[in-house]
Amino acid sequence: MIAPEVEIQVIASVVAVTCAIPGVFLVLRRMALMSDAISHSILLGIALGFLVAEDTSSPLLILAAAATGVVTVALVEVLNGTHLVKEDAAIGLVFPALFSIGVIIISRYAGDVHLDIDAVLLGELVFAPFDRLIIDGMDLGPRILWVMGTILLLNVIFIVLFYKEIKLSTFDAALAGALGFSPAVIHYLFMSLVSVTAVGAFDAVGSILVVALMIAPPASAYLLTDRLPWMIALSAGLGVLGAWSGYWLSYALDVSVAGSMATMTGVIFGITFLLAPQRGVVATARRRVRQKWEFAATMLAIHLLNHEDSPDADEESRVAHLQKHLRWDPAFAEGVVRRAERRGWVINPSNERLRLTDRGRSVARETTSA
Amino acid sequence: MTEKNGLAIEVNDLTVAYRDHPVLWDVDLEVPSGVLMAIVGPNGAGKSTLIKAMLGLVKPAAGRVIIHGKPYSEQRHLTAYVPQRGSVDWDFPTSVLDVVMMGTYGKLGWFRRPGRRERDVAMQALAQVGMEEFADRQISQLSGGQQQRVFLARALVQDAQVYLMDEPFQGVDAKTERAIVDVLQELRSQGRTVVVVHHDLETVREYFEWILLLNVQRIAGGPVEEEFTEENLRRTYGGRVPFLNTGGGAAGGSGVSSPELKSARSR
Amino acid sequence: MAIPLTELFTDYTLRTVALGAAALGTVSGSLGTFAVLRKQSLLGDAISHAALPGIALAFLLTGSKAPFVLVLGAAIAGWIGTLVVMAVVGATRIKEDSALGIVLSVFFGIGLVLLTYIQKLPNASQAGLDRFLFGQAATMLERDVIVIAGLGAVALLVTGLFWKEFKLLSFDRDFGATVGFPMRFVDVVLTSMLVISIVIGLQTVGVVLMSAMVVAPAAAARQWTDRTGGMFILAGIFGAVAGVSGAMVSSTAARLPTGPTIVLCMSAIVLLSLTIAPNRGLVWAWFRRQHARRALRVDAVLRDLEALAGQHATPGHGHPLATLEAMRVGHGNVSRSLGKLEERGFARRLPNGDWALTDRGAREAARLHESGNGGAA
Repeated sequence: MIAPEVEIQVIASVVAVTCAIPGVFLVLRRMALMSDAISHSILLGIALGFLVAEDTSSPLLILAAAATGVVTVALVEVLNGTHLVKEDAAIGLVFPALFSIGVIIISRYAGDVHLDIDAVLLGELVFAPFDRLIIDGMDLGPRILWVMGTILLLNVIFIVLFYKEIKLSTFDAALAGALGFSPAVIHYLFMSLVSVTAVGAFDAVGSILVVALMIAPPASAYLLTDRLPWMIALSAGLGVLGAWSGYWLSYALDVSVAGSMATMTGVIFGITFLLAPQRGVVATARRRVRQKWEFAATMLAIHLLNHEDSPDADEESRVAHLQKHLRWDPAFAEGVVRRAERRGWVINPSNERLRLTDRGRSVARETTSA
Repeated sequence: MTEKNGLAIEVNDLTVAYRDHPVLWDVDLEVPSGVLMAIVGPNGAGKSTLIKAMLGLVKPAAGRVIIHGKPYSEQRHLTAYVPQRGSVDWDFPTSVLDVVMMGTYGKLGWFRRPGRRERDVAMQALAQVGMEEFADRQISQLSGGQQQRVFLARALVQDAQVYLMDEPFQGVDAKTERAIVDVLQELRSQGRTVVVVHHDLETVREYFEWILLLNVQRIAGGPVEEEFTEENLRRTYGGRVPFLNTGGGAAGGSGVSSPELKSARSR
Repeated sequence: MAIPLTELFTDYTLRTVALGAAALGTVSGSLGTFAVLRKQSLLGDAISHAALPGIALAFLLTGSKAPFVLVLGAAIAGWIGTLVVMAVVGATRIKEDSALGIVLSVFFGIGLVLLTYIQKLPNASQAGLDRFLFGQAATMLERDVIVIAGLGAVALLVTGLFWKEFKLLSFDRDFGATVGFPMRFVDVVLTSMLVISIVIGLQTVGVVLMSAMVVAPAAAARQWTDRTGGMFILAGIFGAVAGVSGAMVSSTAARLPTGPTIVLCMSAIVLLSLTIAPNRGLVWAWFRRQHARRALRVDAVLRDLEALAGQHATPGHGHPLATLEAMRVGHGNVSRSLGKLEERGFARRLPNGDWALTDRGAREAARLHESGNGGAA
């Protein structure tokens, strides 16, 4: 038998990949918080399923939970449709209510059995390897691995089958509708998939980590690439990375596994947020500075061109004047002039009055006619 | 510094960029006191941005704004702003009178609540736009034109010298348009300056005497009679001016008229 | 409620719980008004989840479980969470929903790491921090109530002071800036008050559900009033009612966690408000729709009568019911509409059972034409 630590990491990786796929579309469709709502309210489904089946391992629990997820989406939309509350409030009204009913049912009627609320929030990944799928006395590995594997397969099949449709309805719902794909049908199919994924993952990692795994890796990937297939692959990869590093963090500090994994997905997001090559904060700031100078030099050329033939041309072309009218501070103004001189856009013959060169003139014209 | 007397607004070299994308390039503008001025230009020309940059709502990359001889930041109390109607949530739980009274908040300063005097001023402004019987209405019950008039009343309450209005005629009915024009002309007759982002080229001559033609850069600006020409319009709207009625030229009440124009108005 | 009211005044624990729940319900409910109006309902969820690591860190650093220390830690962490959301939205193309989702799940995860770390510490004084997950009203002590009421009073006072500025910020931020208020500062003050209103409830309601105490009372109150002030007061009352009833029920019944019970009480108020509130409520809307539909049907029959009258030279010529019904197949009960028209004197029934337009009816039909064609101003 494989060591439990290895199995835990395998399970965590499969969960991470399974969550990342629908997560990408949640992030792109600006519905990230539906994962929060769904992952909470499925508890009600689990509780109701338990009341009926009186067995925590019954498949009825999973079915009921997935159904509650879809019901959550529908309720939010119904509430939205009344126009009595705004969409953000609709989400904020629906899932706490459903979650509360679920918590109360569990603590009243199922408190003594295996279902306890902490486990639901936090997951019990550590114990997952001990719940094994055994058929005819053959040990086929942890049960959760089979469950998540199946859901992963479902996700992949859905994305492959509906890739074009879901991409279209994500980026342009109106066009998708016009071309005959019903955005509503795709929406509900997709939301069912999110619910099923959340239910499966929830059993292993708890509802909060479901949110972290669905949102943080795709959001990180969104900062790294513009291409949808890459974004899906990167999300999956970053999710696995978060799960692994989170596992080792929890191992080292002897703390909550789900909490550590959520923390690590956050750390990975933080790193991408700061350092992503194109869209990270550092890259953006550096680009901004460069652009600011670039922009100012162009602006100088345009400014001189605009005033070239006017009576106040003499006045407007003085370096000192730039400080006043353009509100550039002296050091910046001088820097801009030097930059423009280096490029041969302006000359500064009298050291006070700037003159536009032919090159500068054409730069200014090109920029403004574009 | 060449401080020109009698100028209500002087904008020098205003340049605005959103992220790395320039929206306004080096715009100069001089508006004499006591005129009605229209800012016209195609969609995306930066008309609203110009107004917002003048009001400090958008940070310019360069340039300055002078209101009656001093920088805008010192002359805020002389300036009133009428934003686009669509910029607020009209389902907000508040009454017409409450919204109009917001025009008094600047003078009230921190923490002081509007009282009877502010109420009276607001009621007067509502009467001026013909909306006094709506004072206690919840704002979501207003039509588009009525909403626009409420915004106008809020600006009137500010008792400013310079009014900057972002598309006040957008999507309003004929009655409201007339009412607004009447108020604007009343303001002008009191020597105040009104700058309006405007879409409907057909009414430019009728409503305004000063104009700025804008398309990222200033194309032309000055008295309507001199600057509202076919040539300048062509330069402003680029190739998209099939609507110019060349027969009439720029002379006459409307040198321009066609379906395209009407659609521009309803946008 | 099954609790004898007398116990409320005699039982110390119950009284404490009731007072605390009332205070926090009032504060979070009323301040939630601004969160809901600014479409920031879910920011509350992020703040409350983000507070968890703050609570744990405050304990780790000070070793104290004094309510003020923990609330302070929660508030700082909640604020940092808000700042992270703003930074991510402001600096990248990631949208607010994703930023909120990341903050709430990651901060909560960090909180769990810290909580489990604390549990492993040798000294035993750490017990009880996990009540912040779902809340526990029964453990509320007098000093907790003092902190809740004290901070709550500060928040309400500041809101009273900044009332017109907060309103300006929520309704028209740009306009507020042009009349000279530094709106970013006003935003910081309002957000700080929102943070306070959330963190004071965490011990009672729990981080997982506290956002509902911010959103639900305001959403319910909006249905009953069209004024910001009214909404603020009503939301406070709803919050207090839900807080007290939920806390009482859960402290007296066995195995009924406090947070969820309070939230369910609040949800009941929301449901009631959405259905029966005058004007906006669904029941009213339904009646209004029915009424409008009936009026339209009556108008349509009137127009039919007019059209038929136009085909005959003699005014007052009668038309059989069947003809009119044929013109309006599937549009409801024509004879009922005719009855209405007769009541209003627009149509009359001839002795032979046919229906005819009266003069008044003809004028009314003409008026309908006019208003249908261009009187929409």
